[in-house]
Amino acid sequence: MTIKEIFDSMEYGPAPESAKEALAWIEAKGGMAGPFVNGKWGSLRADIESRNPATGERLAGLTKCTAAEVDAAVKAARKAQPGWWKAGAHARARILYAIARGMQKQSRLLAVIETLDNGKPIRESRDIDVPLAIRHFYHHAGLAQLLESERPGMVPHGVCGQIIPWNFPLLMLAWKIAPALAAGNTVVLKPAEYTSLSAMVFAEICAEAGVPPGVVNIVTGDGETGAALVAAEVDKIAFTGSTEVGRRIREATAGRGIPLTLELGGKSPYIVFDDADLDSAVEGLVDAIWFNQGQVCCAGSRLLVQEGVAERFYDKLTTRMDRLRVGDPLDKCIDVGAVVDPVQLRAITEMVDANTEGEVRRANVPMPANGCYYPPTLITGLSTSSPLMQEEIFGPVLVSTTFRTPDEAVELANNTRYGLAATLWSENVNLALGVAPRLKAGVVWVNGTNMFDAAAPFGGIRESGFGREGGWEGLGAYLRPDRRPSRLKPVAPYTGEGAPPAGIDRTAKLYIGGKQARPDGGYSRAVHGPKGALLGHVPLANRKDVRNAVEAAHAAKGWSGTTGHLRAQILYYLAENLSARADEFARRLKDMTGASGEAEVEASVRRLFTCAAWADKFDGEAKGVPLRGLALALREPVGAIGMLCPDEAPLLGLVSTVAPAIAMGNRVVAVASEPFPLAATDLYQVLETSDVPAGVVNILTGSHAELAPTLAGHLEVDAVWSFSSTDLSAGIEKASAGNLKRTWVDYGRARDWSGPEGEGRAFLDAATEVKTVWVPYGE
Amino acid sequence: MDTHTTDTDRTGTAGAHLPQLHEPRNEGMPLDLDWVASVQANTSAIERRAATLPGRRSVKKEWQAAWLARAVSLIDLTTLAGDDTDGRVRRLCAKARQPVSPRILDAIGLPDLTVGAVCVYHDMVATAVDALDGSGIPVAAVSTGFPAGLSPFRLRIAEIGESVAAGAKEIDIVISRRHVLTGNWQALYDEMAEMRAACGEAHVKAILATGELGTLRNVARASLVCMMAGADFIKTSTGKESVNATLPVSLTMIRAIRDYEARTGVKVGYKPAGGISKAKDALTYLTLIKDELGDRWLRPDLFRFGASSLLGDIERQLEHHVTGAYSAGWRHALA
Repeated sequence: MTIKEIFDSMEYGPAPESAKEALAWIEAKGGMAGPFVNGKWGSLRADIESRNPATGERLAGLTKCTAAEVDAAVKAARKAQPGWWKAGAHARARILYAIARGMQKQSRLLAVIETLDNGKPIRESRDIDVPLAIRHFYHHAGLAQLLESERPGMVPHGVCGQIIPWNFPLLMLAWKIAPALAAGNTVVLKPAEYTSLSAMVFAEICAEAGVPPGVVNIVTGDGETGAALVAAEVDKIAFTGSTEVGRRIREATAGRGIPLTLELGGKSPYIVFDDADLDSAVEGLVDAIWFNQGQVCCAGSRLLVQEGVAERFYDKLTTRMDRLRVGDPLDKCIDVGAVVDPVQLRAITEMVDANTEGEVRRANVPMPANGCYYPPTLITGLSTSSPLMQEEIFGPVLVSTTFRTPDEAVELANNTRYGLAATLWSENVNLALGVAPRLKAGVVWVNGTNMFDAAAPFGGIRESGFGREGGWEGLGAYLRPDRRPSRLKPVAPYTGEGAPPAGIDRTAKLYIGGKQARPDGGYSRAVHGPKGALLGHVPLANRKDVRNAVEAAHAAKGWSGTTGHLRAQILYYLAENLSARADEFARRLKDMTGASGEAEVEASVRRLFTCAAWADKFDGEAKGVPLRGLALALREPVGAIGMLCPDEAPLLGLVSTVAPAIAMGNRVVAVASEPFPLAATDLYQVLETSDVPAGVVNILTGSHAELAPTLAGHLEVDAVWSFSSTDLSAGIEKASAGNLKRTWVDYGRARDWSGPEGEGRAFLDAATEVKTVWVPYGE
Repeated sequence: MDTHTTDTDRTGTAGAHLPQLHEPRNEGMPLDLDWVASVQANTSAIERRAATLPGRRSVKKEWQAAWLARAVSLIDLTTLAGDDTDGRVRRLCAKARQPVSPRILDAIGLPDLTVGAVCVYHDMVATAVDALDGSGIPVAAVSTGFPAGLSPFRLRIAEIGESVAAGAKEIDIVISRRHVLTGNWQALYDEMAEMRAACGEAHVKAILATGELGTLRNVARASLVCMMAGADFIKTSTGKESVNATLPVSLTMIRAIRDYEARTGVKVGYKPAGGISKAKDALTYLTLIKDELGDRWLRPDLFRFGASSLLGDIERQLEHHVTGAYSAGWRHALA
């Protein structure tokens, strides 16, 4: 084309970023990529091919690491870990800083490799992925530096197995490796088989940054290699990827006593209210669903528009779609690049083609003839029951429906199994800040979307996984308290044949929805004292009682919206009423266990005070993100928590688990100490006289082993805690995979309920979810 | 890659690009206060869009040269200084006729390239009209008590008439910022409508002085009211405010233009002025216009740069394109 012709047409021309240096880098490696273990490259074999999805060209051969190779990497990490921890926080800070610097020096190489390997536009890898990854290491150099003073008594887990997806290969690597290293862990990381090359560059940077051999190990391969890493002797697993694989990892690791964090899929709502700046909201969608070809776990993929502005909004949106530029990802003037692999392209195509509902609008743009490309697509007029409204498409496909009121918007937004992110647009601060807390999501963006920063926690709720990445909250996933708990011995109930005590019979029942309820099954069990005296009977709850209790807990959701002050008042009132009946409870404890009960009652009253004190003090934080605006990490209640209470401390154990949960606004279904349940049943009256609203605390008695699977499998229960002396950890964790509920189990280890272990931040953390609300501001 | 049809018949390379030939003028519409009140502009989001735009678009090589030549054709070459003289204005007009060295223009195949217009104070209109005689390049006059717009209203109206009589084909008026700052949209509408009437056949560009309007929301609403009152162009700045044309302000104003077209079918022009002095900035503005409004706006009848020093930088870039060597300012004729 002549300049004159371009002058007339004013077309965009090609603006290619050169791939020369990146290809030369791969070539210098012999066109092969593979494991980096103990500071050295391992066996490089072309077991798998890594291809450029934009062209189909082979980029490199890739080793598919075997289980033995994975084990060797874990061994190297194990050997290096004590030294890395003992080197101290400052030494780690220096090395993390050096990594950040090293990445900066290779920023263009990293960006080009990422684009070649993944198909994302160079604009994104250059301006978003790589800078965010670098920022992550800088931020964590700081966290490492402050670790000893800010988190005393905390130690690393040891060796972390980390598995990352193909959509943000380098950024996810940074999110995994930076906090693990800062906390003093060593890592074995497996990049996705489609996109392993930036990890190879990173390995080189580590070596140059002085990372000791064995601290960062990378194993390449596909899902089988990943499964081998999950099965290896690691001390923690962190996974980012699909909900399906996350569920399998949850099941596979159940009962192993290693902590797990999962960052999984999403179907995040993108809500546009009628008072929004519609043009900006349209532009936001470009960054929401056409960012990285929509292959973003937190993509705003479910558009909810207020009915009155919907047509205008769709018009603006389709106009905007037609100006998107789809094509060569290495072109600096391209908005939408290639989908990662033909397999993914097929999956997107099949999902969309199977849909028969609504109106499909595809961007009217020229599409490249070859390569893995899918046109930006909008599907309007879908019903909530459409699979496209419920399932993650993981492609550049936006689905949409309308709503009438803010309440309906919230209801539609939350009508999903996922809970990763949500976006809302409104110029009304009351509306925006009123809706944000009501959205079931780990991240909420107000008048913006897909904003990320190393200082701001990111992660999901529901089937989007658990755990946070970023900030102190993210670092917490790589630390544990320095305690070596002893084995918890099963506590068996006493038996006997004694006669009931004199007086009128007191029949203990279940406590469900603020009422004493007979058990569904109609069975009870006798409770005997240490000398065989018959102390009374308790009902044996069954799965239907669990169902009823969970329903009651769910109905009491208003509790989660109460103020911390109110919850504190009620907890103080509980303490007051328990204290007033201290003698009676002490006697009961002595009758059941034989030990003096006074100290336990006193400790229980204290614990209620502690929890009351915390109720309005476990604050969120405003994070120091580079934005004119706020990134607020709010602490929200988890929801409905099922609990298997400690057997050995019948009253204190119940109080220590229930009180922090309700202090943070949760509703509880607690199964009382199995051998010594009568302190719990006595507590019903205390609860009733202390203004605890019906359904906030529900108490069951019966067999932990029998009730645990129902609680852990219940899809409306958001978390299960188990401190039972019957070790139910494996079963609970396995069953929790159903809705990926959070679990906190004891793995058969004891906890000193009377000491500092029986209260504090661990309980508050478990009782809350972090929701990061981003509010850019400025007029 | 680009599917958008372009208006190759309106290339305007021959200098005869009288803007009023192609689109019907904006006749305006009754003031719609509900519409004005519903206008929103989210500053943070607009700033983000503006900040990321230069990273999203890139024009290189021949495309860059062509786009820069296009930018030249869109310049309102301007002198608005207290020390302007006949000689100074004639020199500027000569530069308007021959904005880039013939050697370079021949090399890129656009020998007849001229700027879009010359923009001067009323007293210089006659000189400029004379100096541009036969070139087809229109003279624009800043008017209505430019830059503050605070002289008596009847004098402001009279000034328009005199500039038109002196041969100005385009009148850049300044609005009363106080009407915007006090939300007196009716007053703004009436003022604008009367000024447009006073322009007669001359096209009117409404200068909003966005740096003095306080918020982007005000910018958006003032843009809309001026269009309702019949502005042919809306323009950011006098060049005399402390903040002149910016990308966020431009985005806000062109989105208003887009909405106005969607509602009325009428295309209103846009002129950012002040502070655009680099070739790269000009390219960014053109991508903004292309992506937000469409190719039709990349023509002198719908888009102008109000600039004085921009041309010098574009000349250097064009010479670099032709020779492959980085250029020096003194190699190019002064404006």
